Amino acid sequence: MNGNSDKSAASPAKLTLRTLFSGFFQAGILGFGGVLPVARRMIVEQRQWLSAEAFNDLFSLCQFLPGANVVNFAFAFGARNRGLKGAAAAVAGLLAAPLVIVLCISALYQRFGAIPIVQHGLRGLAAAAAGLVMGTAMKIAAPIFRGIRQVAIAMLTFGLVILAHFSLPVTMLLVLPLSIALAWRQ
Amino acid sequence: MTGKLLILAALFGKLSLLAVGGVNSTVPEIVQQVVGLHHWMTAAQFSQLFALAQSAPGPNMLIAALIGAHVAGIAGGIVASLAMILPAGFLVIAVSGLWERFREQRWRRVVQAAILPITAGLVLAAGFVLVRGADRTILLIAITIAATGLTFGTKLHPLWLLGGGVLLGLVFA
Repeated sequence: MNGNSDKSAASPAKLTLRTLFSGFFQAGILGFGGVLPVARRMIVEQRQWLSAEAFNDLFSLCQFLPGANVVNFAFAFGARNRGLKGAAAAVAGLLAAPLVIVLCISALYQRFGAIPIVQHGLRGLAAAAAGLVMGTAMKIAAPIFRGIRQVAIAMLTFGLVILAHFSLPVTMLLVLPLSIALAWRQ
Repeated sequence: MTGKLLILAALFGKLSLLAVGGVNSTVPEIVQQVVGLHHWMTAAQFSQLFALAQSAPGPNMLIAALIGAHVAGIAGGIVASLAMILPAGFLVIAVSGLWERFREQRWRRVVQAAILPITAGLVLAAGFVLVRGADRTILLIAITIAATGLTFGTKLHPLWLLGGGVLLGLVFA
C-alpha cells in the first residue's frame, strides 16, 4: 500500500488533521445542490491535494462502492493521509456545518411546517425537488442506455421496486447476479 | 425512544451498503419503510423533508438526518446520519488500498458495467416515487415538469429551480 501506490499521489507531505477538517468544511458549507463540483475545485484546483487523474481514480472507487459518493471520498482521502483519524477529520469537516443547518431546518419544520403559507412554499419546493431528481436521473440514465442489456436491467430494476414493491435488498439479490452474468458475456 | 433509535440505526445502516451509485438510489426503499411500514410520516411530509435536504448545503445523505430528527429529535438525526455513512465509509477505506491493484482486472470492469444500469433503474424509480408523492394541482405538476426539463436540458444551478418552486408555490397556490 505504501510503496507503489503512492507514486500517483500528487502531494508528498501528508496533510494534517486540521487541514483535512478545514478543507472539507469549506466544501461542505459551500456545496449547495451537490458537493462534488465544490469538493473537486477545492482539492484539484485551489489546494492541489490531488491531480485531476488521481481525483478521478479515487472518486471512481467511491462511485463504484455503495454510499454517499462525496462522503465516501472524504473517508478514503482522509484515511490515505492520516488513517482512521484522518478519515474522521475529513468526514467531520464535511458534515459539521450541513448537519447543524439541517437539524435547525428540522426544528423549524416541526414548529412552523403546518402553517398554511409555509405549506404553500414547501409544496412548491417539493414539486421542484421531485423534478430535479427526475431530471438528474434522466441525465444519469441517458448515457448508460446504450444497449438492450442496459435498458433491460434498468427497466427490470425499476419494475421490481415500483410495480412489484420488492425491497431494495431483495431487488439487488435478484438483479445484481443477472446483471453481472450479462455483463460478463459481453 | 431507544427503540426508535435502534430501528433508525438498522434501517440506515442497511441502506448505507445498498446505496449503489449514491444515496438517491435508496429513496424508494426509504419511502417504503418510513411512510409505508413505520408510518412515521406521510408521503407528502417525506417529499417536503427530501426537498429541504436538497436545499441545504452538503451531501444528499442529509435526508437521513432529517428523517432521523423528524422521528427521534437531534439524537435521531445523528444516529441516522452515522448509520448512513459509517458502513459504506469503512468499506471504502478497506477497499481503497486494493483498488489500484485491481485496475486492470476484467472483473472490476464487469462489475462496474453491471452496476451502472441498476443505478439508472433505481434513480429513475426515486424520481418516480418523488413525482408520484407530490401534490397534484396543475401548478405543482407544471413546476415538476419544468424542473425536470430544465435539469435534464440545461446546466441551471439547482438552487434557482428550488427557489423558483418556493416562489411559485407562495404566489399562486
